[in-house]
Amino acid sequence: MRRETILNLAIPGILLATALIAYAMEEPYIITLATKAAILALAGVGLNIALGLGGLVSLGHAAFFGVGGYAMGILAFHAQNYMPIWGVLEGTKSMPIIWLVALIASALAALVIGALSLRTSGVYFIMITLAFGQMLFYFAISWPTYGGEDGMSIYLRNDFPGVNTLVPLNFFLICFAVLTVVLVLADRLGKSAFGLALQATRQNVARVEAVGLAPYRLRLVAFTISGAVTGLAGALFADLNRFVSPSMLSWHMSGEIMILIILGGIARLSGPVAGAMLFIALEYVLEDLSHYWHVYLGAILLGVVLFARGGVVGLILGREVAHD
Amino acid sequence: MTEALLQTRAICKSFGALEASKDVTLDLRPGEIHALIGPNGAGKSTLIAQISGALRPDSGRVIFDGQDVTALTTTQRARAGLGRTFQISALPMEFTVLQNAVLGALGQRGRAFRFFGNVMRDKALLARAEEALDQVGLAEFRNFVTAELSHGQRRQLEVAVALTLQPKAFLMDEPMAGLGAEGSHRLTGFLDELRHRAPILLVEHDMDAVFALADRISVLVYGQVIATGTADEIKADPRVREAYLGEEDAA
Repeated sequence: MRRETILNLAIPGILLATALIAYAMEEPYIITLATKAAILALAGVGLNIALGLGGLVSLGHAAFFGVGGYAMGILAFHAQNYMPIWGVLEGTKSMPIIWLVALIASALAALVIGALSLRTSGVYFIMITLAFGQMLFYFAISWPTYGGEDGMSIYLRNDFPGVNTLVPLNFFLICFAVLTVVLVLADRLGKSAFGLALQATRQNVARVEAVGLAPYRLRLVAFTISGAVTGLAGALFADLNRFVSPSMLSWHMSGEIMILIILGGIARLSGPVAGAMLFIALEYVLEDLSHYWHVYLGAILLGVVLFARGGVVGLILGREVAHD
Repeated sequence: MTEALLQTRAICKSFGALEASKDVTLDLRPGEIHALIGPNGAGKSTLIAQISGALRPDSGRVIFDGQDVTALTTTQRARAGLGRTFQISALPMEFTVLQNAVLGALGQRGRAFRFFGNVMRDKALLARAEEALDQVGLAEFRNFVTAELSHGQRRQLEVAVALTLQPKAFLMDEPMAGLGAEGSHRLTGFLDELRHRAPILLVEHDMDAVFALADRISVLVYGQVIATGTADEIKADPRVREAYLGEEDAA
């Protein structure tokens, strides 16, 4: 087995072990932290498709995270109030349906935002994705039906067929299972024909055109898939907190998702997982140390960017070629 | 006379006051190598860009395989069967040599929107990629990362990727540049054979190669084609001697 394969199994394995040990030691808060790490990792796996494979530096992925979150919030809100949406559509508390809606809604958002943003590149792309994200942020703030600036609470966690989702470990296992499935799919995506073409657009656009492939379309599809995965993470995140608010849509969130990818290792399959675990662990440890723990996080990030470009995964594996 | 496969008809392109292409009319016929030569700044790169699709001419048309491709993008022209190599190697540097060749084969096949199967285990693509690498003499370097290749090897890989496209015509922008005498000699032999598969429009500074290979030569000076003919005709043409070859004699 290649070392990267071992690491791709080991890193999620550590996350799973953490939750199981916390369960055995009756530490529900640790399980919640592990759940949060799994969900942020999922958001990172999504962004990594655009950022890592496609080289698309999107500072607007909070938009998709938030759309997923609001998809969950709105559906559950109508279900708990017994008020159909626009008087016609029933709300729902069923996770699989919520996930599907979150995937579709965030994919559509990514398709529209991507179609416009991908006409630019470089700094302009960063700025335009940021602008779209902020547009949705202010839209959510000014939309009183669903809580406006205050956000809205969902009283009970949503249902999953055959599972009591109120048990913290059960909800962790659901999130972890989703993460695992998406990791497997992302792995296959990276090695597929599409993955090869997408990675080529990151490295040399002129070459991609010269072999008769259309870079814009490749990027748009990648951006849409990327947004959809991040949106799914948003739905789970809202379910974890039983709360949705515009903060999910803010550019801080975009930055956080990007930071955890950089910490873990850009374009590495398990990079976002390692990064999310490290991020949550740092938050947990450093928050005790100081209210201003972001200062330390900033210093660590600086260290990674200066001395360990490949993040945690790169540090362990070195700059290996991702190809057998 | 055989029907031309690739034609430019009265192409004009200006950048401000600079006329980079003035009424350029060229054609490339099946089975031939048509060399395009000219001193630095003559507008060769601008012309190549208009043929490949990177630049749109101000007026005039580009005809390829019986179709007016003037309004088509680079991608569409490549799909129509125009295989180009770049003057400065344009290769994904993090890819292995084999991945670069497979990318070409994938472009030729189309259907890049396949999300599951491992592309590096696709037998049809691998076979085409390896065949092309074999032909340019890069087979043993297949697992090298492209960034580790020497300059000359990258030039060879450029040609290999163009081969995987199985184009109807090649557009080669200085494939010999920086190859050295031995590499240049080998590529000359290879292109000599290649013309029978698909004609080549060859931009080249290596005059030995041009005179050895070209069925016809066009000379571009200040954006204009001042002469087109066989190697002997070009060598004998007084305007060419004055504008171009004369400079070399003086040096």
